[in-house]
Amino acid sequence: MAFTRAIGESTIDGLAYLGNLAGLTAGSARAVFIEPFRGRKLRLSRAVHQAMAIGVEAIPIVSLISFFVGTILALQGAYQLRKLGAMQLVADAVAIIVTRELGPLMTAIIVIGRSGSAFAAEIGTMKVNEELDALETMALDPVHFLVAPKFLAMALMMPCLTTWADFMGVCGGGAFGVFFAGFTWGSYFRATLHALMLRDIVTGLIKSVLFGFVITAVGCQEGLSTKLGPEEVGRATTSAVVKSIFLVIAVDLVFTALFYFTAPQ
Amino acid sequence: MIPASSAPTKNPASSNIAISVRNLRVNYGEREILHGISFDVSRGETLVILGGSGSGKSTLLRALAGLEQPSGGEIWIQGRNFVAMSERERDELRTKMAMSFQSGALFGSMTVGENVALPLRENTALDPSTIEIMVRLKLDQVGLAGFESYVPAQLSGGMKKRAAIARALAMDPEILFFDEPSAGLDPIIAAGIDELILKLKNAFQITILVVTHELASAFSIADRMILIDKGNIVANGTPEELRASHHPRVRQFLDRVPEPEISDEIDYLQMLTGETPPARH
Repeated sequence: MAFTRAIGESTIDGLAYLGNLAGLTAGSARAVFIEPFRGRKLRLSRAVHQAMAIGVEAIPIVSLISFFVGTILALQGAYQLRKLGAMQLVADAVAIIVTRELGPLMTAIIVIGRSGSAFAAEIGTMKVNEELDALETMALDPVHFLVAPKFLAMALMMPCLTTWADFMGVCGGGAFGVFFAGFTWGSYFRATLHALMLRDIVTGLIKSVLFGFVITAVGCQEGLSTKLGPEEVGRATTSAVVKSIFLVIAVDLVFTALFYFTAPQ
Repeated sequence: MIPASSAPTKNPASSNIAISVRNLRVNYGEREILHGISFDVSRGETLVILGGSGSGKSTLLRALAGLEQPSGGEIWIQGRNFVAMSERERDELRTKMAMSFQSGALFGSMTVGENVALPLRENTALDPSTIEIMVRLKLDQVGLAGFESYVPAQLSGGMKKRAAIARALAMDPEILFFDEPSAGLDPIIAAGIDELILKLKNAFQITILVVTHELASAFSIADRMILIDKGNIVANGTPEELRASHHPRVRQFLDRVPEPEISDEIDYLQMLTGETPPARH
């Protein structure tokens, strides 16, 4: 009995949490798309500031990790393909796996570590220091003021970062191809372009935007629900990272399945 | 002195009343913190809300500032029902009220000048050069002229409080709430904050509510005081009336008589809330 009750309670908690995430996303969408027409300012400068932190400052680490992942994929792919004497398919394998899956996913993981945790820490610290209360007493809605610019920045930056990660991943595969599989850079990129369809890149980019929403919603929700006490900020940050990784992978599974079953045969 | 149990007799819509609280109840989860309290604050009056730690005085202030949703009762601010109004109306009324928090609650990522400018930037259509002048003016009023470009981390405790007061003054509020304005400050700095509150009251006729447990500070700024104990008002009167009171809790508070020692958690919760503890199993 206690076991079934525990399952029931955690299911309800989980649904309530997803409800909170949806509420934050909807509130931010309202702040970005509807409120500006009702005379409330859209905080573009805050969004630009966030976009710099989320996107531009992440370029070095995204580049490096994507490059390495591309090389690793090429190595693993070649391990199998050389048994079949099909080393020329390394470029195809890397291109498809990077654009459809690992480019968006690795970017999301890096952004969780850099920005999702930072959202939780920033908003959590503000909560502990009564800054969120101060915003409310100034007639400023924390969702409108703090969360919406982050959503806007994330929606713009995730596809950009992912596109860059896709490119760097292909370059990483290319490095293996050129040095160990008899490609030239020209032939490697031609093989990549030949293997890719627009659908591969677009589905990856759609997923990256969804990952961005998940990361922002979870990071901000964990910050907003921080309890009082300085150690709680640390707990909120850890929780934001763990929950974001889980939810990003869950969303990835759902949408990858959706894209698979709706793909033209 | 007005007996604590009697409801205020003034009409909440009366033009001379800034804030009217009627039978206010606030819960944290299952536990009731404020047990139906009622009082009025006249325009331009400085009301000090006294009470021990956990008496419910900060909860009362947070409810008045709209940071806690009451579980019952009414709060009338300038003749309008603050509890029942829409979020938009509430935001409109909030631009006439301001709060100085115990910790200051300055935005750590902004300079002092940006902190003071924020409510002006967000809630008015003033151009940046006017806002800059107003920021300078407000910082000058609290004795922080020239500190615009400092970040809060570079300020001392007293300066943070002053900067927070400057931010609270930015929109020229008609009602100002102070949560423990002198907590954590040395007596000289605390006296300076008291003096600043008196100056604001005399210069701008702002209605001021101060929550504190510092008696010296309370008596130097109050027009009227209420003492809250276990979520109820036990005394409501002028500082002289409170000093002359024979109410046992008032005497205990003013004469600084310690509570009998608390031996367990249930007694502690009862001391805080005044509720009878549930039966132990």
